[in-house]
Amino acid sequence: MPKGRAYRSFNSYIDISREYYAAHGYDKPYTWAYNHDVPFANLKKPASQCRFALVTTTDLAKPPGENLQERHKARKVFAHPSDEAPEHFFTKDLRWDYETTHTDDNESFMPLNRLAECVTDGIIGSVSSRFYGVMTDYSQNRASKKSAPQILDFCREDDVDAVFLPAL
Amino acid sequence: MSLVARHLEANNIPTVVIGSARDIVEECGVSRFLFTDFPLGNPCGKPWDKEMQRSILEMAVELLQKAWAPRTTIQAPFRWADDEKWRDGFMQLTEENREELKKAGEIRRAEQAAVK
Repeated sequence: MPKGRAYRSFNSYIDISREYYAAHGYDKPYTWAYNHDVPFANLKKPASQCRFALVTTTDLAKPPGENLQERHKARKVFAHPSDEAPEHFFTKDLRWDYETTHTDDNESFMPLNRLAECVTDGIIGSVSSRFYGVMTDYSQNRASKKSAPQILDFCREDDVDAVFLPAL
Repeated sequence: MSLVARHLEANNIPTVVIGSARDIVEECGVSRFLFTDFPLGNPCGKPWDKEMQRSILEMAVELLQKAWAPRTTIQAPFRWADDEKWRDGFMQLTEENREELKKAGEIRRAEQAAVK
C-alpha cells in the first residue's frame, strides 16, 4: 500500500467511462451533471422518530425488450411494497463491476433488512411501507423533470421523513 | 440518483446518497454523500457481511443527523481488499479488447437508432 501517490486514490468514473466509450467509437463524451448550488434540507426530528425510505436504481425484474436499448426504454419509475422485495433485484443491465464483485446479496446495495434492524434497535423510527425505483437515465432533463418528481410524490404519499439513495 | 436526491432536498426531504462513484456524485452536488470506496455494485457493504452493512447504514443515519451544510461527504472506513488490483478491472482498455469494443459500439448504435 503506497503512502504517497501522484494521482487521486479513488477511481474517477468520469475519466474511466469517457475513455471506455471513446473506444466504442462514440466521438462526443457524455456530459455529466454539474451544479454549483446544492439544496439542503434539515432533519426535522430525531432519526429515532423518523420514517425512512430507500430508492434503488435496480429493477424488480428484467424489463421487456430484446436488447439493452429496448429494456432501458421499457423501464419505469416505481413504488413497491417493502415487505415484498424480490429475492434478487435485476441488476444485469446496469454498469457495475461484475469482474470484481456480484449483486447476489440485495443487502449490499438495497439494505431493506438492515434498515428494518435499525428500527428494531430504535436507531430509526420506521421504514416506509414502500421502496422506490428509478432508472439511471442518460437524459438528465428527464431524470430531474420527470423521474425525480415521481419519487417525491411517492415520498409524500408515504409520509416519508428521510431518504437513503444507494447508487449501484 | 444524485439528481433525485437534489430534487427531494429542494422539496424539504433530507437525503443521503450512498455510493462508490465519488467524482460523479460530487460533481452533480448533493447535500450528503456517504462514500464507500468499493467496486461499483456494493455501496452498502460487502455481500453477506451483515456487520459491515449495518455499520454503513448507521453511518448514513449519523450523517443525516449531523451534517450542517450541503456537499458533506464522509468515507466509510472499509477497504475492499489488501491490494488495489480491483481498481484497474472496471471498463478496462487493453490492446486486445479495442477491436472488440469498437464492434460492440457499432452494434449498440444500431440498436439505439432502432428504438428512437
